[in-house]
Amino acid sequence: MTAELFFQTVVNATYAASYMALIAVGFVLIFGVMGVVNFAHGELYMAGAYTVVALYADQGFPFFLSVAAGLAFVGVLGLLMELALFRPLRDNPLGGLIASIGFLLILQTIAVLGFGVRMKNVPPSTQDKLVFMDGVVLTYQRLYVIVAAVALLSALWIFLRKSKFGWALRACAQDREAAVLQGMSINNTARLAMFIGAALAGVAGALTAPLVSPTPYMGHPVVVSAFIIIIVGGLGSLEGAVLVSILYAFVHTFVTTLYDGTLANIVGLLLMLGVLIVRPTGLFGAKERA
Amino acid sequence: MHKPDSHSVNLAAAFGFVLLAGVLVVLPHLLSFSQQEVLVLLVINVLLVCSYRLLTLTGEWSLAHAVIMGVGAYTSALVAKKLSVPVPLAMLAGASMAGFLAFLLSFPLFRMKGFYFLIASFAAGEVIRLSWKWSDLTFLFGGPKGIKRIPSFPDFLSIDFYEPVNYYYLCLIVVTISLLILYRVEKSRIGLTFHAIHWQDKLAESVGVNTFRYRTLAFVFSAFFAGLAGALYAHYVGAIAPNRFSVEEMVYILIWAIVGGTATFYGPIIGVVVLTIVNEIVLRSLGVEEMRPMFYGALLIIAILFLPDGLESLVPKIKRLFGKRDKESNGSLASPQIAE
Repeated sequence: MTAELFFQTVVNATYAASYMALIAVGFVLIFGVMGVVNFAHGELYMAGAYTVVALYADQGFPFFLSVAAGLAFVGVLGLLMELALFRPLRDNPLGGLIASIGFLLILQTIAVLGFGVRMKNVPPSTQDKLVFMDGVVLTYQRLYVIVAAVALLSALWIFLRKSKFGWALRACAQDREAAVLQGMSINNTARLAMFIGAALAGVAGALTAPLVSPTPYMGHPVVVSAFIIIIVGGLGSLEGAVLVSILYAFVHTFVTTLYDGTLANIVGLLLMLGVLIVRPTGLFGAKERA
Repeated sequence: MHKPDSHSVNLAAAFGFVLLAGVLVVLPHLLSFSQQEVLVLLVINVLLVCSYRLLTLTGEWSLAHAVIMGVGAYTSALVAKKLSVPVPLAMLAGASMAGFLAFLLSFPLFRMKGFYFLIASFAAGEVIRLSWKWSDLTFLFGGPKGIKRIPSFPDFLSIDFYEPVNYYYLCLIVVTISLLILYRVEKSRIGLTFHAIHWQDKLAESVGVNTFRYRTLAFVFSAFFAGLAGALYAHYVGAIAPNRFSVEEMVYILIWAIVGGTATFYGPIIGVVVLTIVNEIVLRSLGVEEMRPMFYGALLIIAILFLPDGLESLVPKIKRLFGKRDKESNGSLASPQIAE
């Protein structure tokens, strides 16, 4: 492996880590507060990408306006899921998971009916790129994802530490009954967690749309990665999710570059199985859920 | 049925079974060719979803069942095609391989429970499925395109099993025998222990039940019959590919089981039969095949929200309706099937 290829792979892995972290952190937030494994999380990412297809590629709206619309639209989808699915099934964690599978199928079909099963090509919003070391390239399109991940996740971190809502969210994630007894509105915290979690997935999909050619089935590999990240990083740990996103993205990108993508997926899954075998309740998961 | 209340109930049940058998024998001759093909797949899917239920008896919901079915299909296809083993023997080899693989998988997987088991079974299944896709193993599994021109079931007494009707009868016999075995297992002491592990695993352990061994037993049994279903499928369709056993297919098994209900033996059968008929009649006649996932997704959500015990929970209600009219039976027909 030449130095140039090595650094190019590092740049690619940094980009991959950024969008995986956006998705995984939302996934963990929803699991932590609601106690539901949101199988449809990959389809929320897909919905964000198709918002950009519809507004930016088809209608010619400005790129960043479309990304903002994707964030808002997918956030609202999250609110809808909370209201229609997860709230009635609050005492039934496995039920919530199964309902999210049903919702996933509905979102996929809507994408197929609205946009067809074929890949959609989204033109890049800019041709600008950074070049360093005479050949290692970072396009602006990818840089946006990295910047957005750092900015949004930092904002979320500060929000969770400093604001009253943030305290409420973390309290609900730690012990729901106690939080309710302290007078916190479980509906409000659940809504907030769903909105933020879904919006993060949506913004990841919207920003990566020009880079990945959206299809209705693009959510599947994404949700598998999210599973691997949250199991290895520990359920309910946002910091763990970010750290493992970086670790997993590097392992996956390097194995893909050196060997092939299928082997990279197998390695990731074996990594997760290994963690589960050593710690049958997940790395930091003390209590049994679902 | 395990506790007959009176002779009349026994007679009614016997009459029902004779009627059912008659319908199943005559049915394919009333259908079009394409409907006959659907019927064959339906019978195979009945076995698949019933085998899945055996595992859910112990309280674990695996997401590897579609892949396990694939293991049976791939093994049977490869053994028949590359080793020229007769197809019936190859099918047994496929089912056995699926059972053996479940035995191996049980060591890591049954260290976990609930959500972690669900995720780990998903990961283990994906690893197996991706190995079929992996380019370095294409010489064996055929890569993403899978295996084509799988030998079909040989003619027997000049019966051509290439005909859907004949293959349907073959599947009907194999599946009926399998269901009888599954039913006997469930009603035996082993089956009762499965129930005990589901509802009170700590208590079961405290009276000396090796819960790990029984979970493994349920997993291996269920995998054997899933593998058999896969083998029946492979030699009928003639071509298999990794995507046929993906998580999307797993979702359909889940939907059949959940919409039908898993508390009774017949629940999953109701689920797969009703959903297949509705799918074939409603969706196909409306010409909206591409809406199928949405239809199934909506049904899944409606079932989990409004009918959490599945379609089977309607059966006692219907029976009670008839029971009221029929004074002699005193509503005894409405007695619950399984004490939970």
